[in-house]
Amino acid sequence: MSGDLRGKAAAVGIGLAGIGAAPGYSHLDLTAQAVKIALDDAGLRPSDVDGLFASNLQNIFAPLNVGEYLGIRPKVTEGTQIGGSSPVAHLLWAVLALDAGLCDVALVCYGSNQRSAAGRLLSPSTSEPLIYEQPYGPRYPISSYALATSRHMHEYGTTREQLAAIAVAARGWAAMNPVAFMRDPLTIDEVLASRLVCDPLTVRDCCLVTDGAGAVVLTRAERARDLKADPVYLLGCGHAHWHRQISQMPDLTTSAAVDSGRRACEMAGMGPADIDVLELYDAFTITTLMFLEDLGFCAKGEGGPFVEDGRIGPGGSLPVNTNGGGLSCVHPGMYGIFTVIEAIEQLRGTAGERQVPGAQTAISHGNGGHFSSEVTAIWGTAATL
Amino acid sequence: MSGPDAQYAAFLAQGRLRLQRCGGCERHVFYPRVLCPHCGSDDLAWVDASGRGTVYATTVVRRRPEEGGAHNLCLVDLEEGVRMASRVEGIAPEAVTIGMAVSARIAQQEGDAIVVFDPS
Repeated sequence: MSGDLRGKAAAVGIGLAGIGAAPGYSHLDLTAQAVKIALDDAGLRPSDVDGLFASNLQNIFAPLNVGEYLGIRPKVTEGTQIGGSSPVAHLLWAVLALDAGLCDVALVCYGSNQRSAAGRLLSPSTSEPLIYEQPYGPRYPISSYALATSRHMHEYGTTREQLAAIAVAARGWAAMNPVAFMRDPLTIDEVLASRLVCDPLTVRDCCLVTDGAGAVVLTRAERARDLKADPVYLLGCGHAHWHRQISQMPDLTTSAAVDSGRRACEMAGMGPADIDVLELYDAFTITTLMFLEDLGFCAKGEGGPFVEDGRIGPGGSLPVNTNGGGLSCVHPGMYGIFTVIEAIEQLRGTAGERQVPGAQTAISHGNGGHFSSEVTAIWGTAATL
Repeated sequence: MSGPDAQYAAFLAQGRLRLQRCGGCERHVFYPRVLCPHCGSDDLAWVDASGRGTVYATTVVRRRPEEGGAHNLCLVDLEEGVRMASRVEGIAPEAVTIGMAVSARIAQQEGDAIVVFDPS
């Protein structure tokens, strides 16, 4: 049955705003800037939006704040907060609502001024106490991913150098992305020599802390063909979550991405070999590595050797995180929407110097919490329908 | 009457590490709950824990000296088959290794009784 949704909706507008540092603007200002760009891109206006799918880390009732600010009165609204994967997760509800005729224009958006508001950002989601972990002084979320890294290294012999190769590959892509926040050359030695935050992760194994917002407009496929931009079709989307806190994760070397990826692939009728470009949520170097394994691009435990020779960087055989990722492009609290926007950019063929030639299919993979929520979306050009 | 969190804390305050064991599937459960996450049964009873465990994953949280300095954070698998966040004390935080055998001890921290581990 899930195959019934394949290609039913398409992204017809994308917008980015405030990537990097945008002092003086609120998260809602940045969100609205991205929405304006995305709607202009689609040739639509705010009054055309009747499905709102909004999340952020600053408003418990995010869709209400975003809808009010934009003057949108949606018929369908969604704001499920499952961490950084939330905007990717909202895609599934957007295509369902569009296909059911509950709405005609769906807007998925996210924004944060996390960098500029440093220290003053009180997030309802991150201030939640996890009472059975908190007494031991975790540094969320880094310490949770550090624990997973320690286990992956123990079981599979993954090395810090292999993890550093992921940060170096991301930086290589960022160098070709004019909006990326960190574009200076980076070497494996520099990653290894960086300040340890939670062993074995250094500051360069960790994502940026930036401002930024993103918006994506979707319509049903038949309407998409009449709008300005080349439509990029949602071929599959799958959700999965198994735990909230890292101490409850069943196996720290395998995430629920094995389920979300399988579900997305079943809907799309595709497998890893059919995917041209991967946008994987890289909050930390270990997340890229584990998602390559969990989504089936290499066998479990082989992520380290898989990435160590530049395979995922510019000029490699498998393009991963072509915008520079959360490690080098942008990471404003939640990165999920940016995996979506870069996938669409690549499939439109408008990614400039970093364009993957002839890309027809892409994965956007979102992660939330502490390897907690995993959502996989698969996109394709008209040629894949 | 008090809920499972408060009961667990009260046992710790008495110097006893107790876990729940499910009458439905006979598995141990941690953290404390009113339903077994394995089988859905509400037949959960408190049993004494062995306190014997193995380090499953470990990190050193590198806090600045004025924030208390570097400290260990780890996950310990107890013999009963449950996993808990904790720290290993008595050795350098970097010296804690995966697979290390450890023993539970109840310590006082900011007025609360918490479970920490020592190398065994």
